[in-house]
Amino acid sequence: MFRKKECVAMLLAGGQGSRLYALTKKTAKPSVSFGGKYRIIDFTLSNCVNSGVDTVGVLTQYQPLQLNDYIGNGLPWDLDRTFGGVKILPPYQGQNGADWYRGTANAIWQNMQFIDQYQADYVLILSGDHIYKMDYAKMLDFHKRSGADCTIAVIDVPLSEASRFGIMSTREDGSIFKFSEKPKNPDSTKASMGIYIFNRDKLRRYLAADNEDPESSNDFGKNIIPTMLAAGEKMMAYPFTGYWKDVGTIDSLWEANMDLLGESPALSLLDEGWRIYSRHEAAPPQFIGTDACVQNSSITAGCEILGTVKNSVLGTGVTVGPGAVVEDSVLMNGATVEAGATVRYSILDAHVTVGRGAKVGEPRSTAAGIAVVGADCRIPAGETVAAGAMISDS
Amino acid sequence: MNAAGLIFSNIHDRTIPELTRIRTMASIPFGCRYRLIDFALSNMVNSDITSVGVITHYNYQSLMDHIGTGKDWDLARRSGGIKILPPFVAAYENAVANKLYASRLEALLGAQNFINRCGTDFIVLSDCDSILNIDLKDVMRAHIRNDAYLTIVTKELDAAKFPGTRPRDLAEIDADGRVTALSRQKVDSGIVNVCANIMVIRRQDLQKALDDSLAHGYSSFHRDVIGQNLNEKRIFAYRYDGWYAQIDSLETYFSTSMSLLSEEARRDLFGDPNRNIYTKIRNSAPAKYTADAHVSNSLVADGCVVEGTVENSILFRGVHIGKGTVVRNSILLQDTVVGDHVQLNCVIADKNAVVRDDRLLSGHETMPFFIGKGISV
Repeated sequence: MFRKKECVAMLLAGGQGSRLYALTKKTAKPSVSFGGKYRIIDFTLSNCVNSGVDTVGVLTQYQPLQLNDYIGNGLPWDLDRTFGGVKILPPYQGQNGADWYRGTANAIWQNMQFIDQYQADYVLILSGDHIYKMDYAKMLDFHKRSGADCTIAVIDVPLSEASRFGIMSTREDGSIFKFSEKPKNPDSTKASMGIYIFNRDKLRRYLAADNEDPESSNDFGKNIIPTMLAAGEKMMAYPFTGYWKDVGTIDSLWEANMDLLGESPALSLLDEGWRIYSRHEAAPPQFIGTDACVQNSSITAGCEILGTVKNSVLGTGVTVGPGAVVEDSVLMNGATVEAGATVRYSILDAHVTVGRGAKVGEPRSTAAGIAVVGADCRIPAGETVAAGAMISDS
Repeated sequence: MNAAGLIFSNIHDRTIPELTRIRTMASIPFGCRYRLIDFALSNMVNSDITSVGVITHYNYQSLMDHIGTGKDWDLARRSGGIKILPPFVAAYENAVANKLYASRLEALLGAQNFINRCGTDFIVLSDCDSILNIDLKDVMRAHIRNDAYLTIVTKELDAAKFPGTRPRDLAEIDADGRVTALSRQKVDSGIVNVCANIMVIRRQDLQKALDDSLAHGYSSFHRDVIGQNLNEKRIFAYRYDGWYAQIDSLETYFSTSMSLLSEEARRDLFGDPNRNIYTKIRNSAPAKYTADAHVSNSLVADGCVVEGTVENSILFRGVHIGKGTVVRNSILLQDTVVGDHVQLNCVIADKNAVVRDDRLLSGHETMPFFIGKGISV
């Protein structure tokens, strides 16, 4: 059933996230676990529902099984709606043949029908691989007030890092006059967050033209934005301040998890006014044993801690046996650290087992890098996994 | 072997007035994140009972809020699902039920519509004072095997170890498992078979019993329907042998909560991934422990922030423990805020209680210090 919606969100969730290596072997990047009980995509979906955007198309492509299962009917985010709600949009076969999504712009183009059926005035383009809390309603309001054809959310980054991003140069009124994708010599520090609001008619016109162009790589950053800018469309930069992190690498994923810890954490999930929702696993309360030590850590339901856990983030149902030590690490759902084992400066994916007395990683102060153990792996008793190692089952 | 469930949410309210003044027995918070009805509901859902009526009496707003549409127990269904059955009070004089029910039998008479329409072969009746994880399909299988009229779930207990505060329903069981006598008494020693207040009966038999009760003006299910029929009808016990607790006072609420810290209790109640206990989802963030936290032998729910010391305690969702604070042997219900440099021992704090900085409060295991809902100390 379709009722007119002012704004429809399109969430690009097809990315492989190849720089997360073992963690994205079996699943797409947006469904990688984060912060104990969340997945990366929870932040974008929760932002949508908290901003009053209740119609979200999720475009999937790479390893969609877990993501489909996770999103389901959208109930955890209150997006199981009769009118709107969350819909998974995989690539499909049409009258003129079948095609994978050839780029971010092409993915949206192939799903214009989805947007049209809601007669949306505005289309909000999002990606499912950032950790941040943002009120899209404010951005939409900014977009409407400025009378722009396209508004791009930007965040200030240090000049030294600006060459990793798409950089906007703006006039005093916030309108964009120059866009450079990963410039060698950036002349601005306003980085695109990959969040766009388009007027639907303009979006359709540029996507249609882009689709006809065989030379195009069908990408918003590389093609659509520069083309629109060159054509003189009104493009505005919407400044965002606050926590925003691309968790596309092992290091940044680890850092973002650690940002949850401490007395005044960089990222707080206890904010009642802007809750992050997630699909919940039924799990009993966490048990902290008599000889356990838990400090500066975030622990989720279902955990059983009999050993020592410091500076770590533990997902649902993690077991830490007696005498075991977990430090500076991220342990995802159902990981088991058996008695006497140590896990230091590591990321353990879901259902990893570290056998008795085994050693994963080195202390952070001395370590060469973060040790990563992929989902369902078993580290045999007494084995050692070197710092910076990347283990996954074959 | 299809069955519908009927849950009595209020039956034992009077036994634990501190916690039921503002809620039903069924909605008493228990075990960090549950309410007592979660055990009855989850046992039914895990036994493929997907049509459940919840009989209420009074004070049932908290219960309705907890249950919502029933989706957290997978009971939001087109056919069946969960139904709240508020007291049936007829509008006219001389009607059958023109006052609020006063007994289990009258409550069942008020639920006749549900019983007549649910269309199942069996009805499982359950109260909310028992805490256990039981496979009700196995109870029904035993019921069929014994060709029973009524099957009562019992638990063999050493009365000296589990004294209970009040008289309890005890069954005498012969070698074939048949119930030969039922009594309500307080026993302090010896091995007893306590009735868990979970019963299985064929729906037709229940309908007939209710019709007969109306005709004869019976008022008690235990005395008139069960007690009088012990000889003629086949009434059997199902001996449950897992971890079991029955709450009949604030004292047993306290001791039962504390016994969840034992491995046996946690394994039996929560250990089987196919028989989870479900509850209303609250979307709390994971629990946070600061660098100065010291927690041992405790159960902690999501959404807690622990900055102090916690020993042998149960913290519900959203509890905050301040710096320099020491909490021992205590049960702090949802969103209790404990300030800095506080000392608590044997305290039960109801929801949203506040203990301000530097307070020192202590009860005793047999007489826990109780802080009412929303009270500031």
